[in-house]
Amino acid sequence: MIDGQIRQILKEHARLAIDLAALDDAADLYQAGMTSHASVNVMLALEGNFDVEFPDRMLKRKVFESVDSIRQALSELMAN
Amino acid sequence: MTNAKISPFVAIARSIGAEVAGVHATAVDRDARFPSESIKALKEHRMLSAYVPKSLGGGGATLGELVLACEALSQHCTSTAMIFAMHQIQVISILRHASDSPWFLEYIRDLVANQNLIASVTSEVGVGGEMRSSVCGLQWEGQSFKLIKHATTISYGAQADDLLVTSRCTPDGPASDQVLSLVRKADYTLEQQGVWDTMGMRGTCSPPFKLTATGKKDQVISTPFAAIASETMVPVSHLLWAGCWLGIAGAAVNKARAFVRMQGRARPGSIPPTALRLAEVASELHMLRASVDSVLREYEYLIAAEGGSADELSSMPYALKINNLKVAGSRKLPEIVSQALLICGIMGYKNDSKFSMSRHLRDAHSGALMVGNDRILATNSSMLLVLKDE
Repeated sequence: MIDGQIRQILKEHARLAIDLAALDDAADLYQAGMTSHASVNVMLALEGNFDVEFPDRMLKRKVFESVDSIRQALSELMAN
Repeated sequence: MTNAKISPFVAIARSIGAEVAGVHATAVDRDARFPSESIKALKEHRMLSAYVPKSLGGGGATLGELVLACEALSQHCTSTAMIFAMHQIQVISILRHASDSPWFLEYIRDLVANQNLIASVTSEVGVGGEMRSSVCGLQWEGQSFKLIKHATTISYGAQADDLLVTSRCTPDGPASDQVLSLVRKADYTLEQQGVWDTMGMRGTCSPPFKLTATGKKDQVISTPFAAIASETMVPVSHLLWAGCWLGIAGAAVNKARAFVRMQGRARPGSIPPTALRLAEVASELHMLRASVDSVLREYEYLIAAEGGSADELSSMPYALKINNLKVAGSRKLPEIVSQALLICGIMGYKNDSKFSMSRHLRDAHSGALMVGNDRILATNSSMLLVLKDE
């Protein structure tokens, strides 16, 4: 379920150059055309949707580079 | 600092600055011509490979030494200093991201032997000044590529030996999925598309060009440009530019100091009113230097750290910090030069006076425009929507 929500947010905010449905969970979103600016909108939407705050230590490229890495970060935050 | 041993690179930069760059600076500025004498001198002293490790035949300079060398050159001719800075940014990007490639290792040896001057081709018509976006893409045929790029500006493009160019990986790829390729002089042509007649930084000779280049797969750095930009190109650019800015500010404040001392000597026993302004501007310069030093120290610490540093360098808190250096420094610089001009008064305003501030002030204004501060502030404001604490 969480994957569905992540994908919905990416669909609305990541502004990918290619169809998100064609990407698997490990695919690099930056290589798929997500800009730094778009990634901020993705972060804001994720924070709003999941009612979490990404601490500054998580605000790095690696954390938002794929559906997998986003899920992992959210799971870590929601477990606390 | 007074007791510290002066770096040989800084000593060379000082002497080339005073004996060569400074001698030709007025003509370079007046005629908007390339400072060929000082670049030749830098090549003769093997300064174009200063940062290359000794194991590869280079000088083994640190980034801190290059910042000081930029400052020393810029005190005499900021166009020379900026060309030196831009070349070093290219060399450092190659060394940090492509030195595991046999082709690039061979290139570095060639650079050490021949002191090739590398220019950067990151600007492009149609991207609105955004370095992290490309319109052009590498057109592949087997292992070879062809690239056509309409650059809005290439500093010393006509005088460079080689070019480091951003583009999409392929013509149809996403605009932000970029790579960096090195193209050799024999394999490219540049058609100049306009003139370079600007307020300042006139000797950098940075008109628009149409670039047509060919190359092989080996000439494309395998690390994505996104990582090269955030880990190396942006922080190193901001630090070396800041070195150039310190040189302008230092030259302007030195003139103001000489002027106030002259007034002091004319009437011993009374402090000239300009001395108060001088005390103010000296503290502003001190603050600028301190902010450059602190960012430099942190960057050198991070790149020296084993593992994990790439992660830190590509993080938002770090990007904000390195952008703040650029925005705050380039804002402060023209203020300092203007203050120095007020101190020298009409003697600073006159072009034929030894206190003339004209070139310093005109060069100083480039800082806020060369990668526009508004663009950087827009990036920072977007990051501040998710960044939390200081």
